[in-house]
Amino acid sequence: MSIIDIIKPKFWDYQDVAAGPHKHLFNFRRIWQLAVVLMSLVAIVPLVSITLIDYKVTQHAVETDFFLRTARLVSNTWRTVSFFLVERRSALDFVVKDNSYNSLCDSKRLYEILRHLKQGFGGFIDIGVIDSNGIQRAYAGPYNLEGINYRDQSWFKDVTNKGVNVSDVFMGFRRTPHIVIAVRHNLSKESFFILRATIDTDRFNDLLSQLEVSGQGDSFLINKDGILQTPSRDYGKVLDKIPLPVPEFSQHTSVYEQTHKDKALVIGYDYIHDTPFILMIVKQKVALMKPWQTTRLQLIGFLIASISVIALVTLSVSTYLVNRILLADQKRIMTLHEVEYSNKMASIGRLAAGVAHEINNPLAVINEKVGLIKDILTIKDEFKGNKKLVELANSALYSVDRCGTITKRLLNFARHLDVKIQLVNIDEVIKDVLGFLAKEADYRSIKVLVNVSRNIPEFECDRGKLQQIFLNIVNNAFAAVKDGGKIDITAKREKTDLISVTFTDDGYGIPKSDLERVFEPFFSTKTKQGGTGLGLSITYGLVQELGGSVGVQSEVGKGTSFVVTLPLKIAKKEDEEKNNEDIAG
Amino acid sequence: MKILLVDDEKELVSTLAERLSLRDIEADWVTSGEAAITSCETKTYDIAVLDIKMPKIGGIELKKRLEEKNPGLKYIFITGHGSEDDFKVASNEKGAEYYLVKPVNIDDLVIKMKEICLKKEQV
Repeated sequence: MSIIDIIKPKFWDYQDVAAGPHKHLFNFRRIWQLAVVLMSLVAIVPLVSITLIDYKVTQHAVETDFFLRTARLVSNTWRTVSFFLVERRSALDFVVKDNSYNSLCDSKRLYEILRHLKQGFGGFIDIGVIDSNGIQRAYAGPYNLEGINYRDQSWFKDVTNKGVNVSDVFMGFRRTPHIVIAVRHNLSKESFFILRATIDTDRFNDLLSQLEVSGQGDSFLINKDGILQTPSRDYGKVLDKIPLPVPEFSQHTSVYEQTHKDKALVIGYDYIHDTPFILMIVKQKVALMKPWQTTRLQLIGFLIASISVIALVTLSVSTYLVNRILLADQKRIMTLHEVEYSNKMASIGRLAAGVAHEINNPLAVINEKVGLIKDILTIKDEFKGNKKLVELANSALYSVDRCGTITKRLLNFARHLDVKIQLVNIDEVIKDVLGFLAKEADYRSIKVLVNVSRNIPEFECDRGKLQQIFLNIVNNAFAAVKDGGKIDITAKREKTDLISVTFTDDGYGIPKSDLERVFEPFFSTKTKQGGTGLGLSITYGLVQELGGSVGVQSEVGKGTSFVVTLPLKIAKKEDEEKNNEDIAG
Repeated sequence: MKILLVDDEKELVSTLAERLSLRDIEADWVTSGEAAITSCETKTYDIAVLDIKMPKIGGIELKKRLEEKNPGLKYIFITGHGSEDDFKVASNEKGAEYYLVKPVNIDDLVIKMKEICLKKEQV
């Protein structure tokens, strides 16, 4: 037996033999499939819908959250960088306003100012005073830059025009990246000088590199041409051009999503006012979404587990319910068959009684007429002595007697179908039943041996049911034996209050696998020959109603034994007793 | 011993009467309940043999009517619709002495009639 056969529900291959033209109503496999589909739809569709909506809402919330966090980080960093530059520019403003041109051109005084700036603010490398012709008149710092002419440099032109300049990072005469903050101070309408300081780019870089940027993030400054002003971990060294497009100008902090080399990036940026710098923080979306991936996996896991549980419950409940429907249907069919069987027996009984009665009256006339002839031939002296005629009369009377026996048996059988509990002689019941099959036994040369123990008394039983039980079993035995076969019927007293009747045939036998199921309703190996599989199940029910039991033993090729065990006194049901009391009253 | 045979089957009842007379038993026969009542009004019988199923007045009903005016009359029922087993039920309900199934064995009938007469004499 394969595993599919084991798990396959009973109804899977069931075909309702009694369904007739309404077969589609009893297609249990289809009912099961429909139940499974409908129950699954009702349970799974809302679950999947809710999960999908939740998935989208949660994903959106997570994305919004890290957009906001990125914007906040950009905004905070922007404030720090702006403050750094504004602070130093204000310091230079203070120096030019607090010192005269001549005092600033004093090298000693300039070194002192540089020392104060370094101590007070930090980040200053050198400081220089440049006249309106672009020539550096005084310089305090690590390099020898006094006398250098800056007239042609763009920052000089810019500071001349605007009064203040924060430069891009550039290499300059030092050949190292640096930025310059320069402020102009007017001496007269046409004369001015410029105080110019170099800012330590390392300090600037430290400021950004110390930022804790989540999501494998990178923070750096670029200028408006996309040239890196601070080193970037992922996009190059200082003064390299970043491979990302320069974000468009915005008054406020902005965050947007962009794909670069098949990677989704979340980019936050802000323009730093009055400087050429744009602060950029770039994060990897995959890294940012990592916590969401875990949640997503949990959500999908929950969905799969829920669907599995629903599927399991749906399958189990559908199978259970359809099995119950099948059982109810089988019970219904069995009841119908029982009613049909009872009606059939009652009809046979009525027909038999009618026929017997109709035959009995003319038979009685023949009996009397032939009896009179015999009486005349034997009693009246003038007719005595004609042996031939007496023999003929006797022969006719014998035939009348045989007919009488048949009609009596028919009447007996029919009448006991209606009668309930009465005293029963087991020998008579067996003989009555065999009387119906005597001719078949003769034609097929089946030997039927009856052995009834003498110590079985008459006992209280429902004779009609007993007849049906014996008739069913004997009919089965007749169907099982070959022509010339043998059937043994033995009745004996088992205990003081039990008798057993054993029907043994030498027929085909029943395979072991079928033996346990012979009393199951609708179990039949003869469905194609019109068997309903209800004969033995009805027999089983009838024996139980009489308070007895029925067992079977069989061996293929050797034969089968049915043993019916009955109590000598049937336990009366309460309602039956009440009925009997009513009748007696 | 005087017997009244009542059966709607004329051929049966007349022949049965003839056979009884051959055995020296005086038997009158009628074919209806009404005729039986009339006969009992004019004659006295020891035993009435009644067919249970007859048109108009059946054997059971006839017995009830006859009992009122013939207290000593005993009854044997015959029928084509039962067997001796029914007597066990019927005797309690219907008060018959015997209950025989057609075709009746004449010897059985005579024995039962004699038994009834013997009981009567003993009483």
